[in-house]
Amino acid sequence: MLAKFNGIKISGVLAVLPKTEYDYDEETAHFATPATRRLKRVMGFSKRRAALSTTTSSDLALYGIRYLLENDLLKKEEIGALLVLSTSPDYYIPPMSNVLHGELGLPFDVVCMDISQACAAYVLGMFQASMLLEHMEDGKKVVMCTSDVLCRKDPEWKIGEPSFGGDAATITIMERDESAPTAYYSIYNDGARREALIMHAGGFRMPRTPETAIPNHIVDGKVRSYDDLWMDGSAVFNFMQKEVPPAIEEILSYSGRTKDEIDWYLFHQPNKFMLQKLSQRLGVPQEKMPWNIVENFGNSSGSCVGVDIAYNLGEALLTNRYTCCLSGFGGGLSWVSAVVELGNVEFCRMIISDL
Amino acid sequence: MEKNIYKILNELRPEFDFTTSKDFIEDGLLDSFDVVALVTELETNFNCLIDALDIVPENFTSIEQIIAVVRKNGGTL
Repeated sequence: MLAKFNGIKISGVLAVLPKTEYDYDEETAHFATPATRRLKRVMGFSKRRAALSTTTSSDLALYGIRYLLENDLLKKEEIGALLVLSTSPDYYIPPMSNVLHGELGLPFDVVCMDISQACAAYVLGMFQASMLLEHMEDGKKVVMCTSDVLCRKDPEWKIGEPSFGGDAATITIMERDESAPTAYYSIYNDGARREALIMHAGGFRMPRTPETAIPNHIVDGKVRSYDDLWMDGSAVFNFMQKEVPPAIEEILSYSGRTKDEIDWYLFHQPNKFMLQKLSQRLGVPQEKMPWNIVENFGNSSGSCVGVDIAYNLGEALLTNRYTCCLSGFGGGLSWVSAVVELGNVEFCRMIISDL
Repeated sequence: MEKNIYKILNELRPEFDFTTSKDFIEDGLLDSFDVVALVTELETNFNCLIDALDIVPENFTSIEQIIAVVRKNGGTL
Protein backbone atom coordinates (compact mmCIF):
# COMPACT_ATOMS: atom_id res chain seq x y z
CA MET A 1 0.00 0.00 0.00
CA LEU A 2 0.96 3.62 -0.43
CA ALA A 3 0.27 6.18 2.29
CA LYS A 4 1.20 9.72 3.19
CA PHE A 5 1.10 11.74 6.38
CA ASN A 6 1.08 15.49 6.82
CA GLY A 7 2.36 17.42 9.79
CA ILE A 8 4.33 14.64 11.47
CA LYS A 9 8.06 14.75 12.06
CA ILE A 10 10.95 12.94 13.66
CA SER A 11 12.31 15.17 16.42
CA GLY A 12 15.08 12.94 17.70
CA VAL A 13 17.04 9.77 16.95
CA LEU A 14 19.21 7.88 19.40
CA ALA A 15 21.11 4.70 18.54
CA VAL A 16 22.22 2.48 21.42
CA LEU A 17 25.02 0.00 20.81
CA PRO A 18 26.36 -2.80 23.02
CA LYS A 19 29.75 -2.23 24.60
CA THR A 20 31.50 -5.29 23.16
CA GLU A 21 33.08 -4.85 19.77
CA TYR A 22 34.26 -7.85 17.76
CA ASP A 23 36.91 -7.51 15.08
CA TYR A 24 36.25 -9.74 12.06
CA ASP A 25 39.86 -10.85 11.67
CA GLU A 26 40.33 -11.59 15.36
CA GLU A 27 36.97 -13.35 15.69
CA THR A 28 37.58 -15.61 12.70
CA ALA A 29 41.33 -16.15 13.24
CA HIS A 30 40.91 -19.69 14.63
CA PHE A 31 39.25 -20.99 11.46
CA ALA A 32 40.03 -18.39 8.80
CA THR A 33 40.68 -19.51 5.24
CA PRO A 34 41.24 -17.43 2.10
CA ALA A 35 37.45 -17.64 1.62
CA THR A 36 36.90 -16.04 5.03
CA ARG A 37 39.13 -13.12 4.12
CA ARG A 38 37.47 -12.85 0.70
CA LEU A 39 34.08 -12.65 2.40
CA LYS A 40 35.32 -9.70 4.42
CA ARG A 41 36.38 -7.83 1.30
CA VAL A 42 33.33 -8.61 -0.83
CA MET A 43 30.71 -8.19 1.88
CA GLY A 44 32.39 -5.27 3.62
CA PHE A 45 32.64 -6.78 7.09
CA SER A 46 35.09 -5.27 9.53
CA LYS A 47 33.64 -4.99 13.03
CA ARG A 48 30.41 -5.75 14.79
CA ARG A 49 28.88 -5.19 18.18
CA ALA A 50 26.98 -7.86 20.06
CA ALA A 51 25.20 -7.63 23.40
CA LEU A 52 26.29 -9.69 26.39
CA SER A 53 24.58 -13.06 26.75
CA THR A 54 22.40 -11.80 29.60
CA THR A 55 21.24 -8.60 27.86
CA THR A 56 17.67 -8.44 26.60
CA SER A 57 16.09 -6.24 23.96
CA SER A 58 14.25 -4.25 26.61
CA ASP A 59 17.56 -3.65 28.46
CA LEU A 60 19.00 -1.93 25.39
CA ALA A 61 15.83 0.07 24.73
CA LEU A 62 15.48 1.06 28.37
CA TYR A 63 19.10 2.21 28.44
CA GLY A 64 18.32 4.54 25.56
CA ILE A 65 15.06 5.95 26.96
CA ARG A 66 16.64 6.55 30.36
CA TYR A 67 19.52 8.36 28.64
CA LEU A 68 17.01 10.67 26.96
CA LEU A 69 15.14 11.33 30.22
CA GLU A 70 18.31 11.94 32.22
CA ASN A 71 19.66 14.34 29.59
CA ASP A 72 16.39 16.31 29.32
CA LEU A 73 15.92 15.22 25.72
CA LEU A 74 12.53 13.70 26.61
CA LYS A 75 10.05 14.24 29.42
CA LYS A 76 7.91 11.46 30.83
CA GLU A 77 4.77 13.58 30.58
CA GLU A 78 5.34 14.02 26.83
CA ILE A 79 5.12 10.29 26.13
CA GLY A 80 1.81 9.38 24.54
CA ALA A 81 2.80 5.98 23.22
CA LEU A 82 5.55 3.41 23.48
CA LEU A 83 5.91 1.55 20.20
CA VAL A 84 8.36 -1.35 20.20
CA LEU A 85 9.50 -3.32 17.16
CA SER A 86 11.59 -6.43 17.73
CA THR A 87 11.97 -10.06 16.78
CA SER A 88 13.72 -10.93 20.04
CA PRO A 89 11.29 -9.87 22.80
CA ASP A 90 11.94 -10.51 26.49
CA TYR A 91 8.70 -12.51 26.79
CA TYR A 92 5.66 -13.58 24.79
CA ILE A 93 3.58 -12.10 27.62
CA PRO A 94 3.81 -9.27 28.60
CA PRO A 95 4.66 -7.20 25.53
CA MET A 96 8.02 -5.47 25.64
CA SER A 97 6.35 -2.04 25.51
CA ASN A 98 4.64 -2.93 28.80
CA VAL A 99 7.98 -3.96 30.29
CA LEU A 100 9.35 -0.53 29.38
CA HIS A 101 6.16 1.15 30.63
CA GLY A 102 6.55 -0.50 34.03
CA GLU A 103 10.26 0.15 34.34
CA LEU A 104 9.75 3.82 33.47
CA GLY A 105 6.74 4.25 35.76
CA LEU A 106 4.57 5.79 33.07
CA PRO A 107 0.91 6.78 33.49
CA PHE A 108 -1.90 4.35 32.65
CA ASP A 109 -3.04 6.31 29.59
CA VAL A 110 0.20 5.74 27.64
CA VAL A 111 -0.43 3.48 24.65
CA CYS A 112 1.78 0.35 24.61
CA MET A 113 2.18 -1.50 21.34
CA ASP A 114 4.57 -4.21 20.11
CA ILE A 115 5.13 -5.19 16.50
CA SER A 116 7.10 -8.28 15.50
CA GLN A 117 9.04 -7.19 12.47
CA ALA A 118 12.55 -7.88 11.25
CA CYS A 119 14.64 -5.78 8.86
CA ALA A 120 11.74 -3.56 7.78
CA ALA A 121 10.99 -2.61 11.40
CA TYR A 122 12.35 0.92 11.50
CA VAL A 123 10.41 2.26 8.52
CA LEU A 124 7.26 0.31 9.42
CA GLY A 125 7.55 1.77 12.92
CA MET A 126 7.62 5.30 11.50
CA PHE A 127 4.45 4.47 9.58
CA GLN A 128 2.72 3.06 12.67
CA ALA A 129 3.87 5.98 14.83
CA SER A 130 2.41 8.39 12.28
CA MET A 131 -0.96 6.63 12.48
CA LEU A 132 -0.88 6.85 16.28
CA LEU A 133 -0.01 10.54 16.19
CA GLU A 134 -2.97 11.31 13.96
CA HIS A 135 -5.19 10.33 16.90
CA MET A 136 -3.13 11.58 19.80
CA GLU A 137 -3.69 14.72 21.81
CA ASP A 138 -1.52 17.76 21.09
CA GLY A 139 1.89 17.80 22.67
CA LYS A 140 2.15 14.04 23.05
CA LYS A 141 4.99 12.13 21.41
CA VAL A 142 5.46 8.58 20.21
CA VAL A 143 8.60 6.89 21.50
CA MET A 144 9.44 4.33 18.84
CA CYS A 145 11.97 1.68 19.87
CA THR A 146 13.61 -0.90 17.67
CA SER A 147 15.71 -3.39 19.59
CA ASP A 148 17.15 -6.84 19.00
CA VAL A 149 19.69 -9.10 20.70
CA LEU A 150 19.75 -11.95 18.20
CA CYS A 151 23.57 -12.03 18.31
CA ARG A 152 24.10 -11.80 22.06
CA LYS A 153 26.99 -13.81 23.45
CA ASP A 154 29.74 -13.84 26.02
CA PRO A 155 32.95 -12.31 24.67
CA GLU A 156 34.76 -15.59 25.43
CA TRP A 157 32.45 -17.69 23.26
CA LYS A 158 34.12 -18.57 19.98
CA ILE A 159 32.12 -18.45 16.78
CA GLY A 160 32.28 -21.34 14.32
CA GLU A 161 31.72 -19.39 11.10
CA PRO A 162 31.98 -15.76 9.99
CA SER A 163 29.34 -13.60 11.59
CA PHE A 164 28.19 -10.18 10.44
CA GLY A 165 25.15 -9.82 12.67
CA GLY A 166 25.01 -7.15 15.31
CA ASP A 167 22.80 -6.00 18.16
CA ALA A 168 21.47 -2.49 18.62
CA ALA A 169 18.48 -0.46 19.69
CA THR A 170 17.18 2.83 18.40
CA ILE A 171 14.89 5.29 20.13
CA THR A 172 13.12 7.64 17.75
CA ILE A 173 10.85 10.43 18.92
CA MET A 174 8.02 11.35 16.59
CA GLU A 175 5.54 14.15 17.10
CA ARG A 176 3.03 16.37 15.36
CA ASP A 177 4.22 19.59 13.76
CA GLU A 178 1.90 21.37 11.37
CA SER A 179 4.86 22.72 9.41
CA ALA A 180 6.40 19.30 8.79
CA PRO A 181 6.52 18.31 5.10
CA THR A 182 4.47 15.38 3.84
CA ALA A 183 6.03 11.95 4.46
CA TYR A 184 5.40 9.16 1.96
CA TYR A 185 5.37 5.43 2.68
CA SER A 186 5.07 2.21 0.73
CA ILE A 187 4.49 -1.14 2.42
CA TYR A 188 4.71 -4.52 0.74
CA ASN A 189 4.74 -8.11 1.98
CA ASP A 190 4.98 -11.58 0.50
CA GLY A 191 4.24 -14.20 3.13
CA ALA A 192 4.42 -16.96 0.51
CA ARG A 193 8.19 -16.51 0.55
CA ARG A 194 8.40 -16.39 4.38
CA GLU A 195 10.68 -19.43 4.63
CA ALA A 196 13.52 -17.62 2.87
CA LEU A 197 14.35 -16.19 6.32
CA ILE A 198 13.03 -18.27 9.17
CA MET A 199 13.81 -19.31 12.72
CA HIS A 200 11.82 -22.52 12.99
CA ALA A 201 11.99 -23.27 16.70
CA GLY A 202 10.99 -21.13 19.65
CA GLY A 203 7.35 -20.39 18.91
CA PHE A 204 4.26 -22.48 19.56
CA ARG A 205 4.52 -24.36 16.24
CA MET A 206 7.90 -25.82 17.21
CA PRO A 207 8.89 -25.18 20.84
CA ARG A 208 12.62 -25.29 21.56
CA THR A 209 13.84 -28.65 22.81
CA PRO A 210 17.25 -30.31 23.07
CA GLU A 211 16.47 -31.90 19.68
CA THR A 212 15.81 -28.58 17.94
CA ALA A 213 19.26 -27.43 19.07
CA ILE A 214 21.02 -30.21 17.15
CA PRO A 215 22.78 -28.79 14.09
CA ASN A 216 21.92 -31.49 11.57
CA HIS A 217 20.47 -29.60 8.61
CA ILE A 218 22.36 -28.19 5.64
CA VAL A 219 20.98 -24.80 4.62
CA ASP A 220 22.68 -23.00 1.75
CA GLY A 221 25.88 -24.89 2.45
CA LYS A 222 25.84 -24.17 6.19
CA VAL A 223 25.05 -26.54 9.07
CA ARG A 224 22.03 -25.32 11.00
CA SER A 225 19.73 -26.41 13.83
CA TYR A 226 16.05 -25.53 14.08
CA ASP A 227 17.02 -23.01 16.78
CA ASP A 228 19.15 -21.07 14.29
CA LEU A 229 18.09 -18.45 11.80
CA TRP A 230 17.89 -20.11 8.38
CA MET A 231 18.55 -17.95 5.36
CA ASP A 232 18.21 -18.97 1.74
CA GLY A 233 20.88 -16.52 0.62
CA SER A 234 20.07 -16.65 -3.09
CA ALA A 235 16.34 -16.28 -2.52
CA VAL A 236 16.83 -13.31 -0.21
CA PHE A 237 19.30 -11.64 -2.56
CA ASN A 238 16.97 -12.07 -5.52
CA PHE A 239 13.97 -10.85 -3.53
CA MET A 240 15.79 -7.65 -2.65
CA GLN A 241 17.09 -6.99 -6.13
CA LYS A 242 13.76 -7.76 -7.78
CA GLU A 243 11.31 -6.09 -5.38
CA VAL A 244 13.12 -3.15 -3.79
CA PRO A 245 14.12 -1.10 -6.90
CA PRO A 246 10.57 -0.90 -8.30
CA ALA A 247 9.26 0.00 -4.85
CA ILE A 248 11.81 2.82 -4.65
CA GLU A 249 10.92 4.03 -8.15
CA GLU A 250 7.26 3.98 -7.15
CA ILE A 251 7.65 5.93 -3.92
CA LEU A 252 9.87 8.52 -5.59
CA SER A 253 7.13 9.03 -8.16
CA TYR A 254 4.46 9.11 -5.42
CA SER A 255 6.41 11.78 -3.54
CA GLY A 256 7.10 13.76 -6.72
CA ARG A 257 10.86 13.50 -6.23
CA THR A 258 13.52 12.56 -8.72
CA LYS A 259 16.43 10.32 -7.77
CA ASP A 260 18.76 13.32 -7.86
CA GLU A 261 16.58 15.23 -5.41
CA ILE A 262 17.18 12.60 -2.75
CA ASP A 263 20.15 13.54 -0.57
CA TRP A 264 20.50 10.16 1.14
CA TYR A 265 19.33 6.63 0.46
CA LEU A 266 19.43 5.15 3.94
CA PHE A 267 18.66 1.49 3.43
CA HIS A 268 18.81 -1.61 5.55
CA GLN A 269 22.37 -2.95 5.36
CA PRO A 270 22.68 -6.73 4.98
CA ASN A 271 26.09 -6.40 3.31
CA LYS A 272 28.14 -4.23 0.98
CA PHE A 273 27.57 -6.41 -2.09
CA MET A 274 23.78 -6.23 -1.87
CA LEU A 275 23.85 -2.46 -1.51
CA GLN A 276 26.31 -2.06 -4.39
CA LYS A 277 23.98 -4.05 -6.61
CA LEU A 278 20.94 -2.10 -5.41
CA SER A 279 22.66 1.21 -6.16
CA GLN A 280 23.64 -0.07 -9.60
CA ARG A 281 20.09 -1.22 -10.38
CA LEU A 282 18.63 2.08 -9.15
CA GLY A 283 21.26 4.20 -10.87
CA VAL A 284 22.02 5.95 -7.60
CA PRO A 285 25.59 6.98 -6.61
CA GLN A 286 27.03 4.66 -3.99
CA GLU A 287 28.11 7.68 -1.93
CA LYS A 288 24.44 8.43 -1.31
CA MET A 289 23.73 4.89 -0.14
CA PRO A 290 26.05 4.14 2.81
CA TRP A 291 27.03 0.60 3.70
CA ASN A 292 29.22 1.53 6.66
CA ILE A 293 26.80 0.32 9.35
CA VAL A 294 27.19 -3.36 8.55
CA GLU A 295 30.91 -2.70 8.07
CA ASN A 296 31.46 -1.13 11.49
CA PHE A 297 28.64 -2.38 13.71
CA GLY A 298 27.09 -5.42 12.00
CA ASN A 299 23.62 -5.95 10.60
CA SER A 300 21.33 -5.07 13.50
CA SER A 301 18.14 -6.11 11.70
CA GLY A 302 15.29 -3.67 12.40
CA SER A 303 17.59 -1.09 13.97
CA CYS A 304 19.90 -0.78 10.95
CA VAL A 305 18.14 2.19 9.32
CA GLY A 306 18.00 4.10 12.61
CA VAL A 307 21.68 3.43 13.32
CA ASP A 308 22.35 4.60 9.76
CA ILE A 309 20.61 7.93 10.46
CA ALA A 310 22.39 8.42 13.80
CA TYR A 311 25.85 7.49 12.51
CA ASN A 312 25.84 9.06 9.05
CA LEU A 313 23.74 12.17 9.60
CA GLY A 314 24.27 12.64 13.35
CA GLU A 315 24.74 16.19 14.59
CA ALA A 316 24.32 17.55 11.06
CA LEU A 317 20.59 16.88 11.47
CA LEU A 318 20.39 19.49 14.23
CA THR A 319 20.80 22.35 11.79
CA ASN A 320 20.40 20.87 8.31
CA ARG A 321 17.53 19.27 6.44
CA TYR A 322 17.90 16.35 4.06
CA THR A 323 15.46 14.66 1.75
CA CYS A 324 15.89 10.98 2.51
CA CYS A 325 14.70 7.77 0.99
CA LEU A 326 14.54 5.07 3.66
CA SER A 327 14.00 1.39 3.00
CA GLY A 328 13.94 -1.72 5.15
CA PHE A 329 13.63 -5.18 3.63
CA GLY A 330 13.98 -8.73 4.84
CA GLY A 331 12.19 -11.33 6.96
CA GLY A 332 8.53 -11.75 6.21
CA LEU A 333 9.26 -11.16 3.43
CA SER A 334 8.58 -7.45 3.87
CA TRP A 335 9.82 -4.35 2.13
CA VAL A 336 8.83 -0.94 3.48
CA SER A 337 10.10 2.36 2.11
CA ALA A 338 9.63 6.03 2.80
CA VAL A 339 10.52 9.43 1.39
CA VAL A 340 10.83 11.91 4.26
CA GLU A 341 12.47 15.19 5.13
CA LEU A 342 14.78 14.74 8.07
CA GLY A 343 16.27 17.69 9.89
CA ASN A 344 16.16 20.35 12.57
CA VAL A 345 15.90 17.60 15.15
CA GLU A 346 16.55 18.10 18.85
CA PHE A 347 19.10 15.29 18.97
CA CYS A 348 20.61 12.70 16.67
CA ARG A 349 23.41 10.67 18.15
CA MET A 350 24.83 7.27 18.93
CA ILE A 351 25.78 6.07 22.38
CA ILE A 352 27.62 3.00 23.62
CA SER A 353 25.86 1.21 26.47
CA ASP A 354 27.38 -0.96 29.20
CA LEU A 355 25.28 -3.93 28.03
CA MET B 1 37.44 -17.41 -20.92
CA GLU B 2 36.68 -20.99 -19.85
CA LYS B 3 40.22 -21.56 -18.60
CA ASN B 4 40.18 -18.30 -16.66
CA ILE B 5 36.83 -19.11 -15.07
CA TYR B 6 38.06 -22.54 -13.95
CA LYS B 7 41.06 -20.79 -12.43
CA ILE B 8 38.76 -18.43 -10.49
CA LEU B 9 36.57 -21.33 -9.35
CA ASN B 10 39.58 -23.32 -8.19
CA GLU B 11 40.87 -20.33 -6.23
CA LEU B 12 37.43 -19.90 -4.66
CA ARG B 13 36.97 -23.51 -3.63
CA PRO B 14 40.29 -25.37 -4.10
CA GLU B 15 38.90 -28.46 -2.36
CA PHE B 16 36.52 -29.24 -5.26
CA ASP B 17 37.03 -30.51 -8.82
CA PHE B 18 34.77 -28.33 -10.93
CA THR B 19 35.57 -30.23 -14.14
CA THR B 20 33.67 -33.33 -13.01
CA SER B 21 30.56 -31.62 -11.60
CA LYS B 22 27.35 -31.54 -13.63
CA ASP B 23 25.80 -28.87 -11.41
CA PHE B 24 28.00 -26.66 -9.19
CA ILE B 25 25.05 -25.59 -7.03
CA GLU B 26 23.24 -28.93 -6.76
CA ASP B 27 26.51 -30.72 -6.01
CA GLY B 28 27.26 -28.27 -3.20
CA LEU B 29 30.41 -26.81 -4.78
CA LEU B 30 29.11 -23.25 -4.55
CA ASP B 31 26.86 -21.69 -1.90
CA SER B 32 25.32 -18.23 -2.10
CA PHE B 33 28.38 -16.55 -0.56
CA ASP B 34 30.61 -18.28 -3.12
CA VAL B 35 28.37 -17.02 -5.92
CA VAL B 36 28.74 -13.47 -4.61
CA ALA B 37 32.53 -13.86 -4.46
CA LEU B 38 32.51 -15.40 -7.94
CA VAL B 39 30.49 -12.50 -9.35
CA THR B 40 32.97 -10.01 -7.90
CA GLU B 41 35.89 -11.93 -9.44
CA LEU B 42 34.13 -12.23 -12.82
CA GLU B 43 33.38 -8.49 -12.85
CA THR B 44 37.01 -7.68 -12.09
CA ASN B 45 38.54 -10.20 -14.49
CA PHE B 46 36.19 -9.64 -17.42
CA ASN B 47 35.58 -5.92 -16.97
CA CYS B 48 31.81 -6.04 -16.65
CA LEU B 49 29.00 -5.36 -14.20
CA ILE B 50 26.71 -8.34 -13.79
CA ASP B 51 23.09 -7.29 -13.44
CA ALA B 52 21.71 -8.21 -10.02
CA LEU B 53 18.76 -10.02 -11.59
CA ASP B 54 21.21 -12.35 -13.34
CA ILE B 55 22.71 -13.39 -10.01
CA VAL B 56 20.50 -16.44 -9.59
CA PRO B 57 21.73 -19.98 -8.84
CA GLU B 58 20.71 -21.34 -12.26
CA ASN B 59 23.21 -19.00 -13.95
CA PHE B 60 26.10 -20.52 -11.98
CA THR B 61 25.45 -24.24 -12.32
CA SER B 62 28.06 -24.90 -15.01
CA ILE B 63 30.97 -23.34 -16.82
CA GLU B 64 28.75 -22.79 -19.88
CA GLN B 65 26.15 -20.93 -17.82
CA ILE B 66 28.81 -18.77 -16.21
CA ILE B 67 30.31 -17.88 -19.58
CA ALA B 68 26.83 -17.03 -20.87
CA VAL B 69 26.08 -14.69 -17.97
CA VAL B 70 29.45 -12.95 -18.33
CA ARG B 71 28.90 -12.47 -22.07
CA LYS B 72 25.32 -11.28 -21.55
CA ASN B 73 26.61 -8.58 -19.24
CA GLY B 74 29.30 -7.35 -21.61
CA GLY B 75 32.25 -9.29 -20.29
CA THR B 76 35.30 -9.17 -22.53
CA LEU B 77 37.44 -12.15 -23.39
